[in-house]
Amino acid sequence: MKSLLTRATLALTLAISIAGPAAAHRQWMLPSATVLSGQDPWITVDAAVSNDLFYFEHVPLRLDGLTVTNPDGSVGTAENQATGKYRSTFDVHLTQPGTYKVAMASGGIMASWEENGQRKRWRGTAETFAKEVPANAEKLQVTEGARRLEFFATSGKPTDTVLKPTGKGLELSPVTHPNDLFAGEKASFKLLLDGKPAPEVEVTVIPGGIRYRNDLGEMKVKTDKDGAFTITWPTPGMYWMTAQTEDKKTTVPQANKRSASYTATFEVLAQ
Amino acid sequence: MRTLLSLSMTGLAVTPAMAGELAVTVEIPKLEVAEYHRPYVAAWIETPDQQFVANLTVRYDVKMRDNEGTKWLKDMRQWWRRSGRDLTMPVDGVSAPTLPVGENRLTWDGAKAPLNGLKPGSYALVVEAAREVGGRELIRVPFDWNGKPVKAEAKGETELGRVAVEVKG
Repeated sequence: MKSLLTRATLALTLAISIAGPAAAHRQWMLPSATVLSGQDPWITVDAAVSNDLFYFEHVPLRLDGLTVTNPDGSVGTAENQATGKYRSTFDVHLTQPGTYKVAMASGGIMASWEENGQRKRWRGTAETFAKEVPANAEKLQVTEGARRLEFFATSGKPTDTVLKPTGKGLELSPVTHPNDLFAGEKASFKLLLDGKPAPEVEVTVIPGGIRYRNDLGEMKVKTDKDGAFTITWPTPGMYWMTAQTEDKKTTVPQANKRSASYTATFEVLAQ
Repeated sequence: MRTLLSLSMTGLAVTPAMAGELAVTVEIPKLEVAEYHRPYVAAWIETPDQQFVANLTVRYDVKMRDNEGTKWLKDMRQWWRRSGRDLTMPVDGVSAPTLPVGENRLTWDGAKAPLNGLKPGSYALVVEAAREVGGRELIRVPFDWNGKPVKAEAKGETELGRVAVEVKG
């Protein structure tokens, strides 16, 4: 029983860290604020995986791979990290003026095959693949996953250093600054895959507060040939954005396809 | 800032037509609430298409230790977006203590900053108020700055009362 439980927990953790096409739940980080003034601002952040946005009702988001990028591009610290039953939390001390990026970027491999007529699933890394996946596995499907989950927060004047793409996986290149979003206004973004425009990708945007309304309020837009898209924010509040692509550009030889996802939280202020 | 009232217009007549006086009245309503804090108030000038031109005054808790009162400046979110986030507070001639309940008449000399740089044309006075544990309100009062006398006003509903502009030519 104990080992079963451990295995289930492990599988869940890995599933979250390399969200594949089958991942049903929504992953998110929710900052206490994204636009800050004052001499010594802090933010505190909730991180969870759930159905409804932004409520803790399923499992916490593991904080492995969490990175804070300071406005000057240096690596910052996520302080007071804790993981509870339904959510993880951490704090970021905004010691520099400008825009911070708080992100979780991760990768991994998912495999499935048939063994004696039964479907087997496996998740791991390129290193463990050879050891744990049978060499003669039937109907083997191997997907490489690349996930990015992030948000931005600004102390004082918004800056652009942290907005520069890393060139890996699916990423957002903001045209409108992500901490200068207002209800009723149009915001422009570009979606990039490996640093290049990602055309014809569906981007989904959902306002928070799902529990207290009937309509999901989901907005779907497709990126144009330059990877560009715009969102007009209907109301103030926190919004969840996600997009996903699949292609054959794998970096590990075992994988036959790659799945890349981008998910972010944006705060839209009232006029 | 109210001490500026004592600035007289004597002598200004010899300078160009634009060197008038701008008087702004901001009424802070008396509110029957259990926990009352004076609102933060920003007043600035913008163009008719809402482009920021100049700050007139920013009223906040300037006396708090370690400049801590700046923590809530972003609650005046239109001011914060248009100007505040570009500034390092306190700013001389702009930062000032919060305003008491009642009508507060503030005046600016047309021959001095920021009005001496204001080209003749149409503008709006914008007053934004945000109150701790309270609400927020923003009022725009359009006015012309061309050397001719102007009187214009608007009335707030929650955090602001009468907001008036008077230009003396």
